[in-house]
Formats: sequence, C-alpha cells, structure tokens
Amino acid sequence: MAILVDDLAPPRRFSLVTAIRRNPTIAFGGLLLAALIVMAILAPVIATNDPFKIAPVNRLRPPSERWWFGTDQFGRDVFSRTVYGARVSLIVGLSVAAFSCLLGLALGLACGYFRRIDGLVMRVMDGLMAIPSILLAIALITLTRPGLGIVIVAIVIPEVPRVVRVVRAVVLSIRSQPYIESAIAGGTRNTKLLIRHVLPNTLAPLIVQSTYVCASAMLIEAGLSFLGAGVPPEVPSWGNIIAQGRTFFQIAPWTILIPGTFLAITVLAVNLLGDGLRDRLDPRLARRL
Amino acid sequence: MTAILEVRDLHTQFDTLDGVVRAVDGVSFELAHGETLGIVGESGCGKSVTALSILRLIPTETGRIASGSIRFEGEELTALSEEAMKRLRGHRISMIFQEPMTSLNPVLTVGTQIAENVVRHRGVPWRAARDRACEMLDLVRIADPRRRLDEYPHQLSGGMRQRVMIAMALSCDPRVLIADEPTTALDVTIQAQILDLMLELKEKTGTAIVLITHDLGVVAETTQRVVVMYAGRKVEEAPVEVLFEEPLHPYTRGLMRAIPRLDIEADLAGTRPRLQEIPGLVPILTRPIVGCAFAPRCGFATDRCRAEPPPIVDAGAGHTVACWEVERVRAAA
Amino acid sequence: MSAAPVLEVENLVKHFPIHGGLLQRRVGEVRAVDGVSFAIAKGETLGLVGESGCGKSTIGKAALKLIEPTAGRILLGGEDVTHLKPGAMWPHRRRIQTIFQDPYSSMNPRLPAGTIVGEPLENFGITRGRATDDRVARLFERVGLRPDAVRKYAHEFSGGQRQRLGIAKALSVNPDLIVADEPVSALDVSVQAQVLNLLIDLQDELGLAYLFISHDLAVMRHISHRIAVMYLGRIVELADKRMLFTQPLHPYTEALLSAATAPDPKRRRRRKPIVQGDVPSPAKPPPGCHFHTRCPYAIAECRVTAPPLIEVAPGRHVACLRRPVGGDQGPLPIA
Repeated sequence: MAILVDDLAPPRRFSLVTAIRRNPTIAFGGLLLAALIVMAILAPVIATNDPFKIAPVNRLRPPSERWWFGTDQFGRDVFSRTVYGARVSLIVGLSVAAFSCLLGLALGLACGYFRRIDGLVMRVMDGLMAIPSILLAIALITLTRPGLGIVIVAIVIPEVPRVVRVVRAVVLSIRSQPYIESAIAGGTRNTKLLIRHVLPNTLAPLIVQSTYVCASAMLIEAGLSFLGAGVPPEVPSWGNIIAQGRTFFQIAPWTILIPGTFLAITVLAVNLLGDGLRDRLDPRLARRL
Repeated sequence: MTAILEVRDLHTQFDTLDGVVRAVDGVSFELAHGETLGIVGESGCGKSVTALSILRLIPTETGRIASGSIRFEGEELTALSEEAMKRLRGHRISMIFQEPMTSLNPVLTVGTQIAENVVRHRGVPWRAARDRACEMLDLVRIADPRRRLDEYPHQLSGGMRQRVMIAMALSCDPRVLIADEPTTALDVTIQAQILDLMLELKEKTGTAIVLITHDLGVVAETTQRVVVMYAGRKVEEAPVEVLFEEPLHPYTRGLMRAIPRLDIEADLAGTRPRLQEIPGLVPILTRPIVGCAFAPRCGFATDRCRAEPPPIVDAGAGHTVACWEVERVRAAA
Repeated sequence: MSAAPVLEVENLVKHFPIHGGLLQRRVGEVRAVDGVSFAIAKGETLGLVGESGCGKSTIGKAALKLIEPTAGRILLGGEDVTHLKPGAMWPHRRRIQTIFQDPYSSMNPRLPAGTIVGEPLENFGITRGRATDDRVARLFERVGLRPDAVRKYAHEFSGGQRQRLGIAKALSVNPDLIVADEPVSALDVSVQAQVLNLLIDLQDELGLAYLFISHDLAVMRHISHRIAVMYLGRIVELADKRMLFTQPLHPYTEALLSAATAPDPKRRRRRKPIVQGDVPSPAKPPPGCHFHTRCPYAIAECRVTAPPLIEVAPGRHVACLRRPVGGDQGPLPIA
C-alpha cells in the first residue's frame, strides 16, 4: 500500500519579481553593494584623472567640470581618488569578512562540539573582545611594517571572536536536536556529523554575521588610515583621503565630505544586505513574511 | 430551553503563502445551558479555530471570520466591538488551554493573576479579589490555598497549573467555559483528576462547557453531546451514548476502529489484530473541496459524494450526519 | 545463533547531577533511573509504560548508549557494552536502532529523505552509491512510501510519513532491536493506526524486537508481548500483557488502568480515580517505596523499605511489600 506523496502541497514556483518585492532590503542593499563593487573594479575606466598625479598649481579647487569633486591640497582629483579608494575599502572589508568567517567557523564548530576546549578558547575570545578593535589593530601594526596585508590581518583578529560566538551558539542548539541523536544512533561519526549535519545549519547565521564584519572592517580600516596606521598615505583609501583633508576642512570641505559619504553609503549597503538576509534566513521570522 | 451559544454557518479563514486556508468551512451547532458539548477531531480539523473564533481571538493580520453568526445569550458576537469582547472574555465566556505553563504569566504569582481577572470584571477592591482567588483555589481542590496564592507558576506541577487555569477561568462565574485540549499535556492519573474536577465544578456552578479534544476516550467519559469535525466541517453530531453505540459517518466509524482499545477483550488471546486504518491523508485546506471532504478516503463514496457536498441528514434522537450514503453505512454495521 | 537476549539491562542506574550556587557545584541529583533490570528476547516487544519522570526515555537512551549509565550493565546480544567508548561502541550500533517521538525534529531539515534513510548504510559500509539508492528505494516501498519521494525534503512529508521514514532508516541495517520512544504519541489517531500496523507487520516479517516506550496504555496493550510499568525510576510491575491487564498486582498499575479513559460512555465516571496527588519529583523521591505517598494500600513499612522487584509467580514480577511470593493475587484490602 503505497501512500501517495503528491497529496502534499505542490512546491512554490520561484519568481524573481516576487522575490524582490518580498525582500526589498536584500534587493536594495545587494544592488547598491554590487554597484559599488563594479565601480571599484572599473576604477581605471571611471576615474577622470590620475589619482596619484600631484599638481600643486591645482590645489584645493572646488568641484567643477574638470574635477568633479574638486582637488585636495596636492592638486589631486578627489573624485578619482575616491573611486580608487573604494578598492581598498572593499578589498579590506571582503577579505576580513572571508578570513574571519573561516577562522570563526572552525573555532566555533570546535568549541560548540568538543566541550573540552570550549572553556579555554572562549575565555581567550572574551579577552580579545574586551580590547577595542582599533587599538588592537594599531598595536599589531606597529609590530611590523604597514601594508594592506598587515591591515587585513590586524582587523581579522579582533573580529573573529564575534563570529566564533555566533557559530558556537548555533552548534550548541543543534547538538541537542533529536536528529543529531538519530544520526549518532545510525552510526554517524563525529567528522561526518559535523560536516553533514551541523555545518549546513551554521551557514545562514554565518553569512549574516559576515556582512556585519565586513561593514565593521571597512570602518576600522578607515579609522586606521585616518590615524596614519593603515595603508601608506599615497595609496588612496577613504580614510587616508579624509585624514589628509582634515586640516583644510573649512575651506575645502569636499575633500572630507565626499569620501565620507561614500564610506557611509557602502557601510549602509552592507548592513542593509545583512539585515535583509537575517530576516529572510531566520526560519522563525521568514515564515511570517 | 433556548441555547446559550449558537454558532451558525461559521467560516474562518487564514492567509498563508500557499493561499487562503479555510480552517472552518461552514460549521453550525448549539450549546444548551449547563450542557457539556464535546468537539472532537484530529489535528487540522478546525476545532481549535472554532473555539478561538467564538471568542474572536483569531489574529487579525492573517485571519478573519469570513462569514457566519455566533450568538451568545442572544447577542451577536461577530458584531461586537473589541472593547465589548474584552468585557466578555474571562467574565461571561472563559477559555482554558492545553499548555498551562505558557498560558500563565511566569513572573506573576498565581494569586495575582486570578485576582486581576476578578478586579477587571467585577471592579471589587484588591483585598476582596484575593479572597475570591483563595476561594477559587479551594474550589479546584488545591491544598493550603492561602499559601499557594503567593506561589509562581513554575513552583507548581502541571496538574496544579491546570487547576489554577480552571480557577482563573471560573473566577467570575462564566456561563460558558471553553476548554481546548485541557488534559492532553497531562499524565494519565492527573488527567483523570482534572476531568473529574471539571465535571464536579459543572454540577456546582451550572456552567456550560465546550470541550475540545482529539481523544475519543475523554469525550466518551465527560461529554453529553458530541460534534465530530473533519477538514473544517461538521460531519456528525449526536448525544454521546448514541454516537458510540452507532456512529453513522464513515469517518467517525473509521476513527473508532483505529483506536487501540483498553476495554475490549478481543486481543488478549495473544494474537495482535490489525487496527482499522483510514487510508490516505487529510485534504489540503488551501484547495477548494468539491463535494464531501471525506470522499477521497471513504469506502462508501459514490460519484455524487465526490461532486456535491452532502446534506445534513437527521437520523433521529438528536443524531445528525453529513452524508449521502447513510442507509448503506447503517446497513454495513 | 545464540540464545542470548538481544538486549539485557542489569541494575541500570542513571543519575543526572543538579548544579547550583555561585560556583555551580553539585547540589543534588535527579535519580532518573534507579536500578532497573530486564531482558528482551529476539522477536519480542517489551513495553515500558509510565508517566512523566518515570525514567522510561532515559532507559531507551542508555540502551542506545546515547547517554552513559551511572551504574549497572548493558548487554547487546550477550556482549557487555556498558563501558565502551564511542569509537568502540560504533560497530555495535548496527544491532540496535531507534525511532523517536517527534517526527518534526527527528529529521535533518536540510537533507533529502533518501539521504537520511540511507545514511546508516553508508556509515557501516554496507552499500555505496547506486547500491545504496536501490536499497533505499526498496525500504521506502516497504514502509509504504513511493520510491520517487527519496528526493523530497523532510518538511514535504506529513507527520505520519516522517515516522515511516524514521522506521525505514532504522530498518536499513537490519538491527536486532529497535528502541521506539513514543513513536505514535505525536500522531493523529488515524495515522497512529497505520504506523502501529506497520510496526507489527515488520516484527512478524523480520523477527525484530522492540523496546516500546509510551505513556499510552491502550497502545501498549495492542503492541506489546510483555509490559514493564515504571514509577519514579523503578520498575514496579513486569508481566505478560494478558496478566497485567486482567489482574494487575501493583497498586500503581491498578491506578493507571482505572485512570485511563476508554471510548465507552458506559464506563463513564463509574469509577473514581483512586490515586490523588501529584507525581513526586525525581530529584527528591520519597523514601522506601516511591509510590507510598499516593498508595491507598500503603502500610507503615512501605515508608521505610524499598520493595525489590521479585517474581511472585512464573513470569510475574512485582515490587510491592504487600505482594509476597506465592501470595494472594486478588485485590488488596485498604490499609
């Protein structure tokens, strides 16, 4: 006597239009971020002038047809520098997010599943979280030469504990689920259990957390560059541009306002994406949408 | 004797991602003064939604009473304002739920919760309300009620919490008590005590009870009349002895034969007879149901059953069935 | 073929520590299982029945070595597995499988049904790839599901169908015993009948043994051969089904039987529930006989001495001071 399984509700068809209508936050944040990434990639094409070219004769010009966002105190085109600056921020943001999530995932799985190392590792994480990330990053950078790679590493370290916490919480809640016991009784061993049963359930919260890490990393990088502890001063980074424009804020506000606005928009885009994903991927909230 | 509660052609619907769910699809019944009516059915049949509809507790963002009439003591409840409904709930119509732990506020003492209800509906001073709360705890046979007034829900066992719920529900002398699966979450020995208590209280106070459950045993032992629901519709209604003596709807018959029995001697010979199965699955309520809702699973179904919704047939002695093939079912015994 | 019981449990004890206070020290323990012994033969169903807190689920989990016993022995097919570490325990898991109560949380929501059912086969290296798929399709048919449903996800099945999936998974490695922990409690009556019939058919066909855990006496009566009644961590009565229901010896068994409802209006409230009060907490069980606080037949000694489970007649075990060996099996006088 075979029970007819198609007595159940037919699967819903996927439609992009409805998907966008139902998740406006994801759509908006995602598109904005995508636009910024495209802008960064196409920087050489979009930039109107050479961002590195110093021409003191043109210094501190207001926005005009030749220099869309004006020039800084060295005569460099603020628009072109800002567009190139997107590269640094996005590279830092995305790589910090990627590395800290990989590391955080590994540690979180280990802590949540193997109780013995949990205590020690979490206390170390608590310690790291107690130190403000910028200070920690500065301390790490002063130990070596400044450079993009070092900046990334220095920001990853204070961001990891947050990811570890999230992953660990998910692992702890899954561990007690009956289907895990069922898998163990069915002969599934630890490695397979972690990879096949536990890991997939951590991905959703992990992706959401990665967007927040990305946003945070971009802000930290800007802060570091602003303080002179980030990427070298000639490399256009939004933080650098703002730092260099600081002295002339009253007479040439565009040198600060433009890169600042771009930074804010990028962080907003990433945060919106994260919020939208979190609402959509959280199984309890998603069903009400 | 006129009915204290009359439900006529009630339709309650919910909006879901898969479409509109017709949770209650044209249900009518009456509750007489002081009567115990059982509404029985499996999950998804609409029995709980019916109860929530009576008290207008359907969440308004996603659900609605699409049509139908609910009259309580002659008053049309579907037309009342929310303010008027609030004055009614806990006062003239009370409800108790399945899970006492989540139905009681964990941060307030038991005494406060009962007294609050009394103050809100009777307007008496706090002291008097507390005395009434103590009286109620005694009524539900909780030992040492004065001390219990100051205890929190988590300090009480499941059975005691359910007694507290009953005490709270009866604190303002309601005319109707709706009990939604009140003993399902309780252990067997505690369930027996609670059912006993409910019947005893009913004798004392004359409150009419609507008892909603999936358990035919509970229905048999505590109710006077029974309504059987399936897929949002009423399929059979009868006085309890009549229903169990001669169930006429194929679904009711199927249910009774599917239950393992404690009281029948047949299987003690050592063999284990098969339980009668009802083949198939409950229909999906987002799709419009053509004809009889039970037809796809019914051994007596004809083409007419599949095409036209069955009429309510009067089988005498207060027994009604929604079925085209009553005579054949009766003959099949 | 050995005649050893497929599962044997000797004086099993499981205590869960309770931590409290600032330093989270051990302040007490929940005595979930307090000295339980039984044996299940091939092809037999032993029912473990009792109310909440009696320890029946804990016994099931201990038998599966999902939790470690505090004391006592567990033998699978005659072999002592009590102290085996997870690695050493692994090969024994083929012999004992499980199905759980909640069909909704006992399946991984992210895996297709076919993968879930076939997992034990792959785990133990019984089949691989295509051979696993074939085996899984046959298992689906055996439990009454269409084989093309292997690609569907857990949430696309109804509760009863998910229980069938659980049964298919448990069957996949041909175990000797299946621990069924309240497998039908969360199902509607009509679906319950389907699953119970399936379990009985499988037992008749494959010679499976079941440790069937439930609080529902009627279901127990239908499916078990022998039944053990538990109260607060101890077995109070163990007998063959017929004897237990026609002539219960332990006062608690009698109380359970009289409290259970049956779909017969004529039974209606003729009987008063004979036991009052609530079940004591397993963290602070009463001294002596655990049931004495609610027992209408308790005598002074019941407060002091814990009655051992003794065989008072062939095949009938009772733990009650007022039921000695060879004693009268009729109704007890109220003390």
